[in-house]
Amino acid sequence: MKVFIDPPNSMILFDLVERFGHEPLSSMALIQEKVDNIEVDMPPMNVTLDDVVKGLKYAGVEVPSGIRGRLAIWGPMIEAADAAIIIDNPPFSFGCVGCDRSNELTKYLIKRRKIPTLTVQYPNDEEEAKTMVGQIRDFLGGLKQ
Amino acid sequence: MTIRIAQLSCGTEYSGVQYEIESAARSVGAKIVYPDVSYDQVKNALERFGFTPKSPQLQLMIARAVSIADGLYDADAVFITTCFRCAEAALVRNELRRFIQENTRLPVVTYSFTERLKASQLLTRMEALVTIVSRKELLARERQTGITAGLDSGSSTTKCVIMENNKIIGKAWTASGDVVQCATEVLEEAMKMAGIEFKQIEAIGTTGYGRFTLGTHFNAKLVQEELTVNSKGAVWLADRQRGEATIIDIGGMDNKAITVRDGVPDNFTMGGICAGASGRFLEMTARRLKVPIDQLGAYAVKGNWVNAKMNSYCSVFGIQDLVTTLGAGKSFEDVAAAACHSVAEQVYEQQLQEVDVRHPIIEVGGTSLNAGLVKAIGEVLGEPPIVPPDSQYIGAVGGALLSSGCL
Repeated sequence: MKVFIDPPNSMILFDLVERFGHEPLSSMALIQEKVDNIEVDMPPMNVTLDDVVKGLKYAGVEVPSGIRGRLAIWGPMIEAADAAIIIDNPPFSFGCVGCDRSNELTKYLIKRRKIPTLTVQYPNDEEEAKTMVGQIRDFLGGLKQ
Repeated sequence: MTIRIAQLSCGTEYSGVQYEIESAARSVGAKIVYPDVSYDQVKNALERFGFTPKSPQLQLMIARAVSIADGLYDADAVFITTCFRCAEAALVRNELRRFIQENTRLPVVTYSFTERLKASQLLTRMEALVTIVSRKELLARERQTGITAGLDSGSSTTKCVIMENNKIIGKAWTASGDVVQCATEVLEEAMKMAGIEFKQIEAIGTTGYGRFTLGTHFNAKLVQEELTVNSKGAVWLADRQRGEATIIDIGGMDNKAITVRDGVPDNFTMGGICAGASGRFLEMTARRLKVPIDQLGAYAVKGNWVNAKMNSYCSVFGIQDLVTTLGAGKSFEDVAAAACHSVAEQVYEQQLQEVDVRHPIIEVGGTSLNAGLVKAIGEVLGEPPIVPPDSQYIGAVGGALLSSGCL
């Protein structure tokens, strides 16, 4: 199944989803595709005006451009997802260095899809980390292929 | 020497505007750089700064600013930019600007962008940052020497000033049309007034929107953006070359708020998104009232803006307000006062919130000839601004003054 991860560029979540037999939907691949694209219009990430305009599907014109640009990438993945895993309160070094408004909207869009979703708290110590991995494993194991 | 402009930003990559920012910097011989910070530095910087925004990229922005302020990262100027309409970013942007100014002597410019940002919109700002860094000696010049001319090719008017040994000996202006033709016309008129011939002019300085075209045509010794040139012209005309001041320059197409220290800008904002906050709106008002633009101020001084509602941020809707107000039987005087008040209020709300106003306030540019607008600026700011003589010639005076430094 396709599992959207939040933060969308979390390497740990990506690895866990793949390890337990599902397809992670993350921003890494999309960003890489944009960065590697031969016709790079807008380096470093090649987010173009067209992309930001596409973001209007998720947020109106009065919403700042950076949020629409992010949602132009994350939004279609949320739409394509069969399930989602959200890590709440991740620290600065974990996942997306981004915009809190975008993060709020992402969580809301996941909720609106009504797909199976697991929300776990970011662990503060090793024990909590083990518990978190266990929760994710059980959630992914319970998803029907 | 490549000028290093440190970028402190949020949202530029995802808005697709990073390339435009870097292009603008490159085109003026500068390079955009990003202070490297570690995770620990982010945590410490937030504690030191005392503001913890929820958005991690804004946290990174703060850490980068602290790194510059502490001298851990070497930069020549600072460009602070965030998404237009983001409230959290607007708070951080302004506080960081203040923080950088309190802790360094680096010139700073702030900007809020949309996805439609183009390099050309940033060109003047980037050029000003580069000028402040690379032409410190020239900008420190306080006296004009020899015979020099300044040409200011603005959006509404083209101005020329000829100076000799620190005195204005010739001046002329005309409505802008063909850039070269208008400049030639005002130059000839100013030469006639000064009683000199072209060959006697030792140097020419050009500024304004048509500066590059005029610079090439007249083989100018100085071709420089209007932010630094106008600042020099303003402090020279107001005789405030030393110490601090705030310059408010409301032009035909855009307006500028510049803070200066010893005549050199260290922070500036430039508005141009809405015509409602520019001289163009006053022109439209005068046309609708069927009064000559140079008489609009006299009407406004006699009127009371409170009696006529005109608080639209857009010139189109502003004129709609004006039509409605006139239809309701309000006097021309009240409507003219309301138009002036509307422009002053917008400059206050849009520009002056992004700079720390220093005293005295010097109002310049063509609109400073409008007594109604000067009165309105004084009311909005709580103190009357200084309007120096020849205040509409700041760019031309600055051009003549600075170009004498190239002799």
